[in-house]
Amino acid sequence: MISFHLNGKPVQVEVDPATPLLWVLRESLGLTGTKYGCGMALCGACTVHLEGEAIRSCVAPLSRVEGKQVKTIEGLSDDLSHPLQKAWIELDVPQCGYCQSGQIMSAAILLSKIPKPTDTDIDEAMSGNICRCGTYPRIRRAIHRAAELAKDKAAADRESPVNEYSAAEAGR
Amino acid sequence: MSAPAMVDRRTFLKTATTAGGGLIVALYAPGFSAQEQTPKPDPIRPFAYIKIASDETVTIVANHSEMGQGVYTSLPMLLNEELEADWSKIRVESAPVDAVYNHPMFGLQMTGGSTTTAAEWDHYRKLGAAGRTVLVEAAAQQWKVPASSCRVEKGMVIHAATSRKASYGSLVEVASTIPVPGDVPLKQPKDFTLIGKSTRRLDTPTKTNGTAQFGIDVVIPGMMTVLIARSPVFGGKLASFDASETLQVPGVKAAVQVPSGVAVIAERFWPAKLGREKLKTKWDEGENANLSTTKMLSDFSAQSSAPGSLAKKVGDPQAALASATRKITAEYDVPYLAHAMMEPLNCVVDLRDDSCEIWTGTQFETVDRANAAKTAGLAPEKVKIHTTLLGGGFGRRANPSSDFIVEAVQVAKAAKVPVKVMWTREDDMQGGWYRPMWHDRFVAGLDADGNPVAWTHTIVGQSIMAGTPFEAFAVKDGVDSASVEGAADLLYGIPNLQVDLHSPRIGVPVQWWRSVGHSHTGFSVEAFFDEVAHAGGKDPYRLRQALLAKQPRMLAVLNLAAQKAGWGKPLPKGVGRGIATHFSFDSYVAQVIEASVEKNGNVRVHRVVCALDCGRVVNPDTVKAQMEGGINFGLTAALKTEITLENGRVQQTNFNDYPMLRMFEAPSIEVFIVPSEEKPTGVGEPSVPPVAPALVNAIFAVTGKRLRRLPIRASDLPGAGVNP
Repeated sequence: MISFHLNGKPVQVEVDPATPLLWVLRESLGLTGTKYGCGMALCGACTVHLEGEAIRSCVAPLSRVEGKQVKTIEGLSDDLSHPLQKAWIELDVPQCGYCQSGQIMSAAILLSKIPKPTDTDIDEAMSGNICRCGTYPRIRRAIHRAAELAKDKAAADRESPVNEYSAAEAGR
Repeated sequence: MSAPAMVDRRTFLKTATTAGGGLIVALYAPGFSAQEQTPKPDPIRPFAYIKIASDETVTIVANHSEMGQGVYTSLPMLLNEELEADWSKIRVESAPVDAVYNHPMFGLQMTGGSTTTAAEWDHYRKLGAAGRTVLVEAAAQQWKVPASSCRVEKGMVIHAATSRKASYGSLVEVASTIPVPGDVPLKQPKDFTLIGKSTRRLDTPTKTNGTAQFGIDVVIPGMMTVLIARSPVFGGKLASFDASETLQVPGVKAAVQVPSGVAVIAERFWPAKLGREKLKTKWDEGENANLSTTKMLSDFSAQSSAPGSLAKKVGDPQAALASATRKITAEYDVPYLAHAMMEPLNCVVDLRDDSCEIWTGTQFETVDRANAAKTAGLAPEKVKIHTTLLGGGFGRRANPSSDFIVEAVQVAKAAKVPVKVMWTREDDMQGGWYRPMWHDRFVAGLDADGNPVAWTHTIVGQSIMAGTPFEAFAVKDGVDSASVEGAADLLYGIPNLQVDLHSPRIGVPVQWWRSVGHSHTGFSVEAFFDEVAHAGGKDPYRLRQALLAKQPRMLAVLNLAAQKAGWGKPLPKGVGRGIATHFSFDSYVAQVIEASVEKNGNVRVHRVVCALDCGRVVNPDTVKAQMEGGINFGLTAALKTEITLENGRVQQTNFNDYPMLRMFEAPSIEVFIVPSEEKPTGVGEPSVPPVAPALVNAIFAVTGKRLRRLPIRASDLPGAGVNP
């Protein structure tokens, strides 16, 4: 039995601890937003957060997350309110959409570390995520846009400290 | 395996076009009933496509698959332009398999050939108009007023004179009993409120929070997950297998022989994968065990020196070559390519005694249903296909033999439980059905002024239709039209032209891949054109301009791209500029690329300017997105990928050795759309063909080196680079 925190809630799974986290999330826990693309940490479709870092869940054994905090695309927001989701929608980034959970999860870590990233920062943070549809120009624009939205929101939050987003975050 | 059952899609298109109105295609296709094949555009059945709920939600049924191209938004836009429901209430769902959902040009339910908008342009608007008409009629009858005195707005029928209103949701039950009038006039374009306005995609929210459901996400009760051990050589047969260690893996339930190999049936993916790794198999590898793309490369080149089956002849090219002041010859090569959709193939099957239910991302529903039915031993109407979202298609999910679906039905038969057959990335990459390897040999003759007066083009490459039961139908006089598209229909005004084709039979399964034949002719024709221009001392843009004088739409995109790119203006040191045009899927595209070569031979693409004429545009932002995506797709083919075989084995396995363009390599892209009132034409594919030639032409401009083989290798450019 392995226990960890998934999107803020405790979970326990009875699976071979060598099983990659990706398959535990998708098959044992029913969270299919995280995608299989390569199984070798080459494409980033399976990107999730482990203790605030982006990891490739297709090569992370379940044992690695024991007792730790894992966040998936389903845990990013309940209501599409994350600045990245807003920016992705505003700029219609996805085409087929299959890689986008991983793209957004990688971008979320980038913004958490560098709130106003440069194009070079984006190149460095996002080049592990493949998009076969070629949505890179829009991903780039949407990350810049999300940075703006997050800044606006931070300013708004200072004026009215209680709002949906921070309340939802606090609830996790 | 059941017989492949599809004719070349260009043949469909031509048949449809010559039939006038593009609506009647009757084909001989074994396995399909006439009812399945014959499109049923009339009578218009609006409520097969429009579901209005009491909460006023309007669900529009999409008869084409969403694989990223945005049709789950553009189809509702077309329909609602006429229906005039409240756009915020519009939902979309995929169509079940039924003749009412057939492609209006092709007479089969399918998605491909960049035809969705072109094919549905009238049909979906007529559906919306018919739906609106009977909804208004229902209100008029209820109010006992003439229908002509009512109007509609945002899902309401309104009778202004008496201040009465009724919602579509309250009227739909009565409306659906009212006969649909034969001919409802459609709006004039000047009255469009949705068409032509950039509209946010309906599927984006679900693609940003993980709820979008792809085939791989489908779970049904009692389902087992299956991986298949397949022959390492195409066409190889299983000789024997030993599953004793496989069966010891916890979670593995069984290992059974199926026609394509051994199915490892497990509770979940990971045990299936571990179990397959433990499986011992022996194969009768058969005649393809010696296949080598290295050898094919030289074989193709040798073949190209003899003329093949004639695809096109204008004037007297041989005489013109003989009398030309100067002759130029060049040979071009492109490799096999895998589609490499981000979502590897998968298929869920629930097979019962008298039914078969299938969930998968497919582009080929009618064909798949027929092939699945044949495999299951059921009538087609007993087979139900749920088309999920496709995690990329690019042609792979429109397989004439329905390979990944038929195989899953075979597994379900053997397993006797519901199954999800999954393909690992390696399975998908090594599984064949590639873009064919092609060789293009050109000879051009120039006159004393440096103008091309003769152009001959010999093509060598597998026919996609060869070996299928439709070869006799789809291949005319030894020429598969898909092999020569973009070459035989050359737009340049060259007075003497010849295009001929060799179609060697090789045991590598091939298939259409985003832009099909144009993916090699776009490259070779436009790169060779650059050579011709250079040889004649002409500017490559100006020579194109001169030879496109009678092609106003192509000329307009050429000029637009050149102008926006600043053709002729100075560039930073070490940066070259290349230009290319290509006509495909009835659309006109021109691109200008700026690129440089680093000291180590690595190519950097800085900027791509793309101009497009695709007729009337439905959703401009989606069209731009398709151009952006197609350009990056084309750059991956130009710079990165090839499938090679040695000893019959595919050499590539995953994204380490079949690498994709990544964020740091993705250039700045600018897209310009020529306003047009012509009928809509293709968008999904036409941006791909000009990318590689514009790039190699840019590299020539800065290095003086001609690159005639894709993908471009750093080793092709030793010491060529100048770091800007």
